[in-house]
Amino acid sequence: MPTEFTPISALVGGLLIGAAILVLFHTLGRIAGVSGMISGAFRKATPTSERAWRFAFLGGLLLGPVVASQLSGQSLIQPSPASLPLLIVAGLAVGLGTGMANGCTSGHGVCGVSRLSPRSIVATGVFMAFGFLTASVGRHLFGG
Amino acid sequence: MNLAKILSALAAGLLFGAGLAVAGMTNPHKVLNFLDVTRHWDPSLALVMGSAIPVSAMAFWLARRRSRPLLEPGFVLPTNRRLERPLWIGSALFGIGWGLGGYCPGPAIASLTAPSIGLVGFIAALGLGLFLSSSAAKLVSRGPQTVSEKAPVRAR
Repeated sequence: MPTEFTPISALVGGLLIGAAILVLFHTLGRIAGVSGMISGAFRKATPTSERAWRFAFLGGLLLGPVVASQLSGQSLIQPSPASLPLLIVAGLAVGLGTGMANGCTSGHGVCGVSRLSPRSIVATGVFMAFGFLTASVGRHLFGG
Repeated sequence: MNLAKILSALAAGLLFGAGLAVAGMTNPHKVLNFLDVTRHWDPSLALVMGSAIPVSAMAFWLARRRSRPLLEPGFVLPTNRRLERPLWIGSALFGIGWGLGGYCPGPAIASLTAPSIGLVGFIAALGLGLFLSSSAAKLVSRGPQTVSEKAPVRAR
């Protein structure tokens, strides 16, 4: 399905994401990386006090789009065009991959790149390359 | 439990989730149209990173003027600086999964208030993948390139 180029909302959305990173780092001193946040929230070894703020962040992450949809008057959440089996394979790859690499689009792609971390620059280059390759070539084979 | 910490994390999460939604990242069509350059290319997501990264860079730069964050005794930053195998292989796997479904972890969680069967399947598999990832990382770390854990950390 074609989508429109939306430069203004893309830039505003990016500013909000940057603001979220600023708030979390200046209050709790933590990097806003979502894959790490999920692992940390559900890992058995995490102490309760450390678990609580992670769940609060994830709760906010859940509510943010609801608030944004209310304010903008349109539903901003859409389902993926990919089939259930393909999405299960995708989820497994994303979970394994971000866990092995210790970060995803937020932790490596935004936070790490903005700190000029060599690991994050490598990670971002690699996942962008494979993301482009998979969607541009692979998706045609799977008919997603 | 410290209420200020909870509220700060909640505020950060709200901003993050609202940002993802406004940016169009909770619409996997938009993500896939960015990653798929062969049809209906939509470059919007490049601008999301283009504005998030400078703000984030400013946030980290401003933090250098503080000795500690407002509510904690210190900043917590990754200390690992090695470009080891799980980083490369993991990022490649992540890119493949992202390109298949159009979801990365943040937008997937942020979309859960409007769940589809596909999203629920994705999140369940994501959880399983994260759970298995440390074993997978150990598995691929074996081999000639393994760096000793006791190797001295290079001074900057």
